[in-house]
Amino acid sequence: MSAADRGVPADPVVALRDVVKTYGDVHALRGVSVDVRAGELVAVVGPSGSGKSTMLNIVGTLDRPTSGTLTIAGNGVDAMRDDDLSALRAEHIGFVFQHFHLQAGATATENVADGLLYTGTPRRERQRRAVAALERVGLGHRVDHRPHQLSGGEKQRVAIARAIVGEPTILLADEPTGALDTASGAAVLELLRELNAAGTTVLVITHDLELAAVLPRRVRMRDGAVQEDSQGVPTDARVLAETIRADGTGLVGAYGSSGDAADRGAGR
Amino acid sequence: MIRRNAVGAADLLRLGLFGLRTRPTRVVLSALGIAIGIAAMIAVVGISSSSKAKLDQVLAALGTNVLTATKAQGFGETPPLPETAVASAQRQDDVLAAAGVGKVEQGYVYRNPFVSPLETKGIGTMAAWGDVPAVLGGGTASGRWLDTRPDAVDQVVLGSEAAAALGIDHVRPDSRVWTGGRWIQVVGVLEPMQLAPDLDSQVFVPLGTARRLGFTGNPSAVYTRVDPERVHQARDVLARAIRPDQPALVGVTNPSDALAAKNATDDSFTGLLVGIGGVALLVGGIGVANTMVITVLERRAEVGVRRALGARRRNIRDQFLVESLLLSLLGGVVGVVVGIGVTTVFAIVNGAPVAVPPWAVVGGLGSTVVIGGVSGIYPAARAARIPPTSALAAV
Repeated sequence: MSAADRGVPADPVVALRDVVKTYGDVHALRGVSVDVRAGELVAVVGPSGSGKSTMLNIVGTLDRPTSGTLTIAGNGVDAMRDDDLSALRAEHIGFVFQHFHLQAGATATENVADGLLYTGTPRRERQRRAVAALERVGLGHRVDHRPHQLSGGEKQRVAIARAIVGEPTILLADEPTGALDTASGAAVLELLRELNAAGTTVLVITHDLELAAVLPRRVRMRDGAVQEDSQGVPTDARVLAETIRADGTGLVGAYGSSGDAADRGAGR
Repeated sequence: MIRRNAVGAADLLRLGLFGLRTRPTRVVLSALGIAIGIAAMIAVVGISSSSKAKLDQVLAALGTNVLTATKAQGFGETPPLPETAVASAQRQDDVLAAAGVGKVEQGYVYRNPFVSPLETKGIGTMAAWGDVPAVLGGGTASGRWLDTRPDAVDQVVLGSEAAAALGIDHVRPDSRVWTGGRWIQVVGVLEPMQLAPDLDSQVFVPLGTARRLGFTGNPSAVYTRVDPERVHQARDVLARAIRPDQPALVGVTNPSDALAAKNATDDSFTGLLVGIGGVALLVGGIGVANTMVITVLERRAEVGVRRALGARRRNIRDQFLVESLLLSLLGGVVGVVVGIGVTTVFAIVNGAPVAVPPWAVVGGLGSTVVIGGVSGIYPAARAARIPPTSALAAV
């Protein structure tokens, strides 16, 4: 309902269809179908081993599904060569990592500018846009600081600036608050919400139920399948039934009511 | 739909320098091997070139157109050169100037009459025709050369070593030596004769004086300065002029050839040093490869992040290849500087000109580029194969 109501294109920016990923005998994903539409802020939540990290790898085109299809910004990525995938990442996907992964010894601006290094943008332009991105995440006063001079929260803001400097179609955040204290984590989450409010599509991977609870849409993962999608995209009934049998919990459980959050997301 | 982008050379250079800058200790240690190898190569070539440059200077000053005629060296007794040898040589068109010396058997000089006759100090006496130091490109350190006219009064000129042995470094009015039972006035002291070092331990007297000391009259060596364009032809001309009947009994040599040959014998030593330098370079290259492999292992997360940011495999490969090249080149530049420094010290100590051939510098730096490239191929290929998921896997 949300996409159509807000007048955004009906085509999802990310579309997974029956995505299966196996590592040898391990079934990391057992047929996952999820759509993310432009402007959404989605939490993929689940305990460790639920397949959410595998899903992030596949959505981020860092890894390929064993079967099923993935479409990003209208590009079917399944048949793409490695070089094309790299170019797709450079243009369409921004990554935020739990442990920031900033270059020690490089300034905040240099770190953020690296987000444009593989897009063919001239250096001067990269620098200018990096400073603008740092200002956007509230670090306009830290442009020449190096990672060791920054707090954890500030480092993650630099990492977020690096992810958004190329104005990606989708921002993927892997446990963005996982290495931060509560206050810094809340601030980073607030920043992601602000970016989303300004139009960035954000997919947050987390095991933190509290964090997920405040986001408009939650996709609950368990044992490699989508257990619940608060937006109501139907999941594979067979997998769902197996999951219910396996752990005995209901469809709607401890993660709160789905309707409120979806409405909130749609209301923006 | 998807743009094709390449990382520019300037950005690759910046990435490479950054990679080195953040690991200074490792960079210094692994560049050291290359530096030692290149320094050894440059120093060997530089020292050799400086020595040759010095020799060239000497030869340019002395000239390469001096021919020495002596009796032929061979089996059996060869007759001495005829008494007229110097005059015959002088008459040839190709001969610009001629002089000669003849050994005076039993001609010994002493500092004074009280020295035991057995203490000759190896100083021999030579009769002289013409201006010997002028033909040999030497000069007098003090005083003048002999008056070699037939009616000249008794006088003596000392070779440089002979002068030192007799304790006469400077000609004074009372400088004299004791020979043949009387005093003879010393009129000059020679500089070392580079083209005829055997003359340095001799003293020279006019023919008349020599005859009074028992000289037979046969020159032992005739020195000629010949037309520089006809040095080769002059060899035959000279032998025939001195002994028209049997030129084979005259041996003609070019003393500047001997000097050059003496220098060339150092080449085997040079080859050894170059070999050692080559081994150092090889080991240095392995060191660079080793360092790069470790660097790649340590930076899996960085590679993963870069892949996530959109780096293609070849961008990653190029980044590490450039880093390897820079590492090796750094060692090469340091090696060239050290090598030139060593050559300079050698040259100053030996009074030779500093001569490091440009090809050695270019070749040295070129070989470091090759070494860096070869050493970097494997680590860079490994880095390019690191899967993008390493960004998430690494902590």
